[in-house]
Amino acid sequence: MSRHTLSVLVENKPGVLTRVAGLFARRSFNIHSLAVGPTEHDEISRITVVVDVDELPLEQVTKQLNKLINVIKIVELEDSASVQRELLLVKVRADASQRTGVLEIVNLFRAHVVDVVPDSVVIEATGSPGKLEALLAALEPFGVREIVQSGTVAIGRGSRSITDRALERVTRSA
Amino acid sequence: MATGPHPAPPRTPAPPAHGPAAVGSRSVAAPVTSSVSEQVTGAQSIVRSLEEVGAEVVFGIPGGAILPTYDPLMDSTRVRHILVRHEQGGGHAAAGYAAATGRVGVCMATSGPGATNLVTPIADAHMDSVPLVAITGQVGASLIGTDAFQEADIVGITLPVTKHNYLVTNPDDIPRVIAEAFHIASTGRPGPVLVDIAKSAMQSQTTFTWPQEIALPGYHPVTKPHAKQIREAARLLATARRPVLYVGGGVIRARASAQLRALVDASGAPVVTTLMARGALPDSHPQHLGMPGMHGTVPAVAALQKADLVVALGARFDDRVTGLLSSFAPDAAIVHADIDPAEISKNRTADVPIVGDLREVLADLLPELAREHGQHGKPDLEGWWRMLDDLREAFPLGFDEPSDGLLAPQHVISRIGALSGPDATYVAGVGQHQMWAAQFIRYERPNAWLNSGGLGTMGYSVPAAMGAKVGEPDRTVWAIDGDGCFQMTNQELATCTINDIPIKVAVINNSSLGMVRQWQTLFYEERYSNTDLHTGHGTRRVPDFVKLADAYGAVGLRCESKADVDATIKRALEIDDQPVVVDFTVSRDAMVWPMIAAGGSNDKIEYARGISPAWDRED
Repeated sequence: MSRHTLSVLVENKPGVLTRVAGLFARRSFNIHSLAVGPTEHDEISRITVVVDVDELPLEQVTKQLNKLINVIKIVELEDSASVQRELLLVKVRADASQRTGVLEIVNLFRAHVVDVVPDSVVIEATGSPGKLEALLAALEPFGVREIVQSGTVAIGRGSRSITDRALERVTRSA
Repeated sequence: MATGPHPAPPRTPAPPAHGPAAVGSRSVAAPVTSSVSEQVTGAQSIVRSLEEVGAEVVFGIPGGAILPTYDPLMDSTRVRHILVRHEQGGGHAAAGYAAATGRVGVCMATSGPGATNLVTPIADAHMDSVPLVAITGQVGASLIGTDAFQEADIVGITLPVTKHNYLVTNPDDIPRVIAEAFHIASTGRPGPVLVDIAKSAMQSQTTFTWPQEIALPGYHPVTKPHAKQIREAARLLATARRPVLYVGGGVIRARASAQLRALVDASGAPVVTTLMARGALPDSHPQHLGMPGMHGTVPAVAALQKADLVVALGARFDDRVTGLLSSFAPDAAIVHADIDPAEISKNRTADVPIVGDLREVLADLLPELAREHGQHGKPDLEGWWRMLDDLREAFPLGFDEPSDGLLAPQHVISRIGALSGPDATYVAGVGQHQMWAAQFIRYERPNAWLNSGGLGTMGYSVPAAMGAKVGEPDRTVWAIDGDGCFQMTNQELATCTINDIPIKVAVINNSSLGMVRQWQTLFYEERYSNTDLHTGHGTRRVPDFVKLADAYGAVGLRCESKADVDATIKRALEIDDQPVVVDFTVSRDAMVWPMIAAGGSNDKIEYARGISPAWDRED
């Protein structure tokens, strides 16, 4: 099994996320992470989905997704040709004696402290899944109290935009 | 052993091709008229949309949430509504109508239980790629999500079994959504589309405008095949020594029978037609080896297993055809043509994938094949045909007369086919009778054979036959049903009687759930757990199907002896002003052969119990 990142451009309509997520479930494809949000075009949303599958099942995933009427376009983003980021908020135990140690790690990872109380801090960090994993490992000894993490969002490197041609389709058929 | 209706026909030059199927237009586009714009209620907008999209008949049942729509429906002169007795019957009727005519079938139901009763026929249509539009009422928009009376999230429920579905709360969306629903249902790979419309939208004022622009940026079925793949397919077909054309239901849905016929004749290759494709090529064609799969003919199964090239046309390598996938057609290169890209390489990797409408695929393939033949000559298939012809001769379809003296079901079905002829439409339920009907009736035209292939829905037959008869009232339509299946949906006999839809029902009554019983005989040491239905010979006959027919205003006939079979069928064929139910009480010990055990390799086919052709030994 290998990890693949798919960018799925969908019509911005109610229920589309359910259709996409439901398809993964009923075809027994395993979703590793999923993030959805708006794009530069009001009528298009973008779903970034990370799946653990082999090459051949991946082709099935893509074809099945393409069958969904609301799916406009699917692009696989290779690690090397794209920027992939997740957002992490983590609450770490940090009283006065530990705070310096925690802040040192925060700086090392170019993260931010976004909330402080006497016995804990909330740290915000963005990065590749690998970097966030490393950050969490470094924070572990201080006592991690709560974690919330987004799915991966990803964008291709270079000047080309995957939405260009999809946008044409939407405006043409509108 | 009595011989079935498929003796190996001599391989003489093929008779001329049949004309294109006598079916209606697939187009959902409205007859071209000037555009209209009318102030109406949402309910009127629904009826107007159905009129403009060309729906001529709707099978349905009213209820609270759909009630507003039934009021203007009463006045429509262009849309005929047929009141069914159960929503499942309405759904299968719409599917039968669609499968017989090629037009989009329409069914209608209210919210909640009305809608959930449609789930089975919708799932059935999804599996068998039947163009169907289901319109359901939903509770008022303000009540959605409150667990209101008769509320069910039918859009959520049918998400996995529809090609697409809609929830409409804004009445202005109604014409566009209905236009899109018909477009989606009937184009590309056909399938069911559900349109759930809130009662509040039906009751609001809106503007009905037509024609509608269809705005589907994510829906562009590819119909034109790739030229390079066509050339490669032609090259393989022209050079293979053991080719076989594996024809699926897609050929029928694409109305590509005439083109298929041309390819068959040009290539000289043997052909197998799957359960969904019976009739795509006439059974009388000398290159036709019959049906492949679990209950396929020995030569059809052997052709696939021994082939060096399998050309799959609108087929999907279903487990009932492939048997154990890893041992299916082990030496064959695969050319796979289908309108649905997701079918290609889903189960078996295709060496030459072709995405396209089969009519176009076959039309493009023919000149390329001719070019290949021109360059390299026609391939020598003599050795291949000799082997297959030997198998045809040695293993024709057949059956034994039952030892209990009761009727052989295969004989009954065979006689129905012979006496009713190729112009009749045959609609089966699911089980042994379905397999015998697929085996022992000769199909000479597409859409003559309707059945529930993918989902295997017991109860399909009577309502689907009703829908087929509504779509093509001049044809004789036989529901060939089992005593188990018949008890699931026979309430639609009332619909048939009241609405003058004179279908004929042959109940192949073996007093049991026959296919399950067969498996119990073969795999469960004859422990007949819950398969006895007490409807047949020597039982209490609960229910008595002749009396049941009578109660529904149909003619009930019973046939218990071989001597009466022909006369009874002829009597049924003479009655054309009432539905007829014939109770053929047959032996329960008859079994469907040949058979490949579920999950077993096709190489392990048994011609009859304990008899394996073992074609490998001849190598």
